[in-house]
Amino acid sequence: MMNATRRQTPSQTVGPFFHDTLVSEGGNILVEDATRGERIRIFGSVLDGDGVPVPDALLEIWQPDARGLYPHTSDPRAEEADEAFRGFGRAATDNDGLYWFETIKPGGPAPEAGAGQAPFVSVRVFARGLLIHVVTRIYFEDETNDADPVLSRLDPEGRTSLLARREEGGPHAHYRFDVILQGPNETVFFDV
Amino acid sequence: MEPSNDESSSDRSLDWTVHLPYLHPPYASTVTRAPRRRLVPLPECLASVTGPAFGAGDVDALDDDLTRNAVRTGEPLGERIIVIGRVLDGAGRPVPNALLEVWQANSAGRYIHGHDQHDAPLDPNFTGTGRCLTDADGAYRFTTIRPGAYPWRNHENAWRPSHIHFSVCGRNFLERLVTQMYFPGDPLLVLDPIYNSVPDERAKQRLLAAYDHGVTRPEWALGYRFDIVVAGGRRTPFEDYHR
Ligand SMILES: [Fe+3]
Repeated sequence: MMNATRRQTPSQTVGPFFHDTLVSEGGNILVEDATRGERIRIFGSVLDGDGVPVPDALLEIWQPDARGLYPHTSDPRAEEADEAFRGFGRAATDNDGLYWFETIKPGGPAPEAGAGQAPFVSVRVFARGLLIHVVTRIYFEDETNDADPVLSRLDPEGRTSLLARREEGGPHAHYRFDVILQGPNETVFFDV
Repeated sequence: MEPSNDESSSDRSLDWTVHLPYLHPPYASTVTRAPRRRLVPLPECLASVTGPAFGAGDVDALDDDLTRNAVRTGEPLGERIIVIGRVLDGAGRPVPNALLEVWQANSAGRYIHGHDQHDAPLDPNFTGTGRCLTDADGAYRFTTIRPGAYPWRNHENAWRPSHIHFSVCGRNFLERLVTQMYFPGDPLLVLDPIYNSVPDERAKQRLLAAYDHGVTRPEWALGYRFDIVVAGGRRTPFEDYHR
């Protein structure tokens, strides 16, 4: 049980006016020249329950480097993590509800972490109208996802909602990942 | 839509007796944006116990003083305040090196934002944006101007109580919170659907800063205290997460 005197502070919506504080130029570009790994662009729309684009959402992503390592003390292999990759990015949606990140394809979890885990990017979405952020994951349709323990617990529609679809375009791979906040095709959101 | 506040919720980092359900019709924007499906429980894993590290490179010297960080022609207008507090985890331990980012309206209730149409004056010496890092005790301090109330069209004659938006990035993916700090005694609080979306009365009180005369500085500024408790902290940061 939690100490009653240290109960959590309630979340409150990010509201519509966060941009100047939380969004900085280049905050959605995670790569630099020295970063190792396959350059990819992840992009998509945030849509509400009416299918209307959400023009005031903020996405945060967190992902390991190209070999699956996180630069953090809780990762036993952090020492070997790519020093040219922080793994954290922020992007706001534009007036059409679109966002994008320039990053690398994440490596999969270490084999000893459990068989079959597929590589993924962790995502948080904040928006006016969301009293607390939602948490989801981006998996990649062209990876081996069949044995992933998280994906395999979902129904087929839920699984599909977490798969970024590869599209050709530009010098490197583009992956489309739409976040559907509500409705029949609602994205799977996690209780972390 | 109900978050998964069943018996398994004790394994989750977010305490759903404290946070609100997504759908809260008095706050009109939730109606088309709140997820309706049940949240899927996710076991703690390496991705959730790690997160970006923040440090001195993420903040500038004046970032924590909103009365000085945007000065062009003189002092910003309004009532100067000092807000201090600590960031703690669920076990009551301080969260050091947390990145705090704040944004707020000016003393007239106006944001510097293209979509803010409130007919109140901008202040040329105030942008209402700040950031700082917590110290080894999880403590932080901002100097700013007390924000004004503003209208927001959610319902007839809707006005937000004075508030400062806080974003907290702690040591890992779970220690993440975006919230709002309110002022004690504000008559608009009982009318505000966002403040009142919090289901638990005592939890709601934790969104109120406390006036602290020990923080008040003579001939200068009134002092408020606002402590923040983030999710996480049920395990030590160095436990093994090979799963
Ligand atoms: Fe606000």
